[in-house]
Amino acid sequence: MKLDSKNLPLEYSTETNRMNILGFWIFLSAEIMLFATLFTSYFVYVDRGVGSGPAGAEIFELPPVLIETFLLLTSSFTIGLAVHAMRINRVKAMIGFMVVTLLLGAGFLSVEVYEFIHYYHIGATLQTSGFTATLLTTLGTHGAHVTLGLFWGIMIIIQILRNGLNARTANKSFIFSLYWHFLDVMWIFIFSFIYLKGMM
Amino acid sequence: MDFFDRFTIPPHDDPMLYASIVAIGLVSIAIVLGVTYFKKWGYLWSEWLTTVDHKRIGIMYIISALLMLFRGGADAVMMRLQTAVPDNSFLDAQHYNEVFTTHGVVMIFFMAMAFIIGMMNFVVPLQIGARDVAFPRLNALSFWLYFAGAMLFNISFVVGGSPDAGWTNYYPLAGTEFSEHVGVNYYNWALQISGIGTLMTGINFIATIMKMRAPGMTLMKMPMFTWSALITNLIIVFAFPVLTIALLMGTLDRQFFTNFFTTGDGGMDMMWANLFWIWGHPEVYILILPAFGIYSQIIATFSQRNLYGYKSMVASMVIISLLSFMVWVHHFFTMGQGAVANSIFSITTMAIAVPTGIKIFNWLLTMWKGKIRFTTPMMYSVAFIPLFTIGGVTGVMLAIASADYQYHNTMFLVAHFHNVIIPGVVFAMIAGLIYYWPKMFGFLLNERIGKWAFWNIVIGFCLSFFPMYITGLNGQARRMYTYSEASGFGPLSMVSFFGALLLAIGFVLIVYNVYYSFRYAPRNVGDDPWNARSLEWATHNPVPEYNFAITPNVNSSEAFWDYKKNGHDLFKGEIKDIHMPNNSGWSIIFAGIFFVFAFCFVFHVWVGVIIAFAGIIGCLLYRSFEKDDGHHIHKEEIEETEKKFGGAK
Repeated sequence: MKLDSKNLPLEYSTETNRMNILGFWIFLSAEIMLFATLFTSYFVYVDRGVGSGPAGAEIFELPPVLIETFLLLTSSFTIGLAVHAMRINRVKAMIGFMVVTLLLGAGFLSVEVYEFIHYYHIGATLQTSGFTATLLTTLGTHGAHVTLGLFWGIMIIIQILRNGLNARTANKSFIFSLYWHFLDVMWIFIFSFIYLKGMM
Repeated sequence: MDFFDRFTIPPHDDPMLYASIVAIGLVSIAIVLGVTYFKKWGYLWSEWLTTVDHKRIGIMYIISALLMLFRGGADAVMMRLQTAVPDNSFLDAQHYNEVFTTHGVVMIFFMAMAFIIGMMNFVVPLQIGARDVAFPRLNALSFWLYFAGAMLFNISFVVGGSPDAGWTNYYPLAGTEFSEHVGVNYYNWALQISGIGTLMTGINFIATIMKMRAPGMTLMKMPMFTWSALITNLIIVFAFPVLTIALLMGTLDRQFFTNFFTTGDGGMDMMWANLFWIWGHPEVYILILPAFGIYSQIIATFSQRNLYGYKSMVASMVIISLLSFMVWVHHFFTMGQGAVANSIFSITTMAIAVPTGIKIFNWLLTMWKGKIRFTTPMMYSVAFIPLFTIGGVTGVMLAIASADYQYHNTMFLVAHFHNVIIPGVVFAMIAGLIYYWPKMFGFLLNERIGKWAFWNIVIGFCLSFFPMYITGLNGQARRMYTYSEASGFGPLSMVSFFGALLLAIGFVLIVYNVYYSFRYAPRNVGDDPWNARSLEWATHNPVPEYNFAITPNVNSSEAFWDYKKNGHDLFKGEIKDIHMPNNSGWSIIFAGIFFVFAFCFVFHVWVGVIIAFAGIIGCLLYRSFEKDDGHHIHKEEIEETEKKFGGAK
């Protein structure tokens, strides 16, 4: 089937746009390798890298982690709704869903900051052991990505408000949604293999 | 004054170091004065520093790579001079450590990587019939990030001190306990910055090759160099993030006192070795595959035959790229894995010899019954085959885990990897440079001087590195700054030093050749001086900004040959307006801020780090809100340019 450029959604409508989306997918595969390296390191350190510091089961707490998971998974749903709204050209709804997404992301980050302060107070800092260093670096890398995403999202909303929905802003929004879903997928791995496995 | 103490170098009583500080200062002043005197700042800025043209970026990569070749080469000659005679005191132990560390890092990251990326930049878009790469602005940023990293690394030896833990930078030696001064911080940040640039190149070229090929050029009709570039960039995208994380962990260890690679509190020094080589072994193939691609182009052109076994060439590269991620442990067989792990990695390593051997036979069979013309690029290619095979055979020797206990960390290993990298990568890059020189600059390099350089380099290479096989098997350890007379390594080390001198003369001859040919070579070489086969030679000399006035129409991997000999209609259609990206100073400014950021980070100057970070955010914001739709080159303008060249292509 040959793709008809007239029937393509706005974010795919120009050559540049299609190239940007492909480029971003390739970038995401590099990101997968980045997180894969962190996870692999974590699996190495989780048992053998504890040293004199605490093990995972001693410091993990379920409630904040569950709240974080709930917030981030919901935000992945709302960014999906935003892209859907974009496809049917409902700009107000789209911006609304993007704002909700970013608020959920900010909520996630606040809980994560609380979690980090908690670790600090119970003596599980970046410097404590190989295990805590890897744990906090992995969580921190994910958190830094979410933080970057927040600012990125705000910039895109400003541009949609200023210039309306066009090929350029639609492309940016779509790529942002890919990024946001990706962070969500990484969180699912973190939740399953770091927290749940650690608490079992 | 305490603040400034950190920038001084650790005490050296070495006059050479101060001489080089003065030399760097004088050269910088001379360059600035020269450009000002000839009123070239405007030209430099608008035509080169801000360019997004893949050809110019490629040339800038290659010029930087050559500069780094001479920097790393000077290190090499210093090492050979120090070890030429027993108990020499030309360099002290600390200085020798710094020299072999910077030699390795400069040659791998800033010479070889830049050279292959420069070649890919120049050749790939031409070879697939594209107007530029997929993301031209990102391409400029890649270059400037690489350049910022290279410069950061190169100032280390006059500001604060060079890294001294080897290019592999193993912990705990590279940790703060044993490497107190800022050298290893430089290593971490210089590689981090240029590594980000390389990753962007990887993304850029995958998108370019996947999406921007001329009509009719299916994957299996791509010229071999483009294939090798595609595979290489796939490896880059999958390998470089590992280095990013390893360097991040190293930075955290050294500057924030974490315990990733320490020996206490759950730290594991072997983790660095593993992560480093999980990136590092694929890196070896990132370097060698484009070299294979260049040889494939050159050998086919000068044998005047099509490349033998195209499909097996592609298949072997794919297999090599997969295997490259499964062999990293062979770099440290002696460092504590069990027999099972060593055996597995031993077998995967030997397996790589099979696809590589297939390629060797394909090149030989391409030459078989061909009408060979022994031009300089072809001579490098012909010398490469036996020399690289010797390097490959010693590689299989090293792959035997149990025997590796004898070779590990000896000069035998040094001889082996130079034996694959110099005939493999360096010869390919020189050959490629001479081969593509007319496309880049519009004239040919002198063949006579080129052949003199070739013989110096080949003989110099053999004399420098073959003796190391022998001293290595006799137990000479690498990275030792001196040895006793009783060891008996003296005479062969002296031979090695003479070889290094011949190599140096060879490289100086190449530079002389550039000067000589620039002055005296005829300029009317035509568009296709080598009677070549693939699409890049269907352009004018020198190549216009838009590459092809009419997008070519391709029917095979040697479309240009078919056009010349078999009446294939390469340029159907007519000239239309061409859309091109705009130049921009954004990339160089962004990379400059990155440089400041990393420099301040190296020295824990947190105020500077925060200010530079704000600058980085500012650049990203600017880019996000910037509206840059590029420009159109109009039909009339193109027709006029084409007329000057004598007919549309």
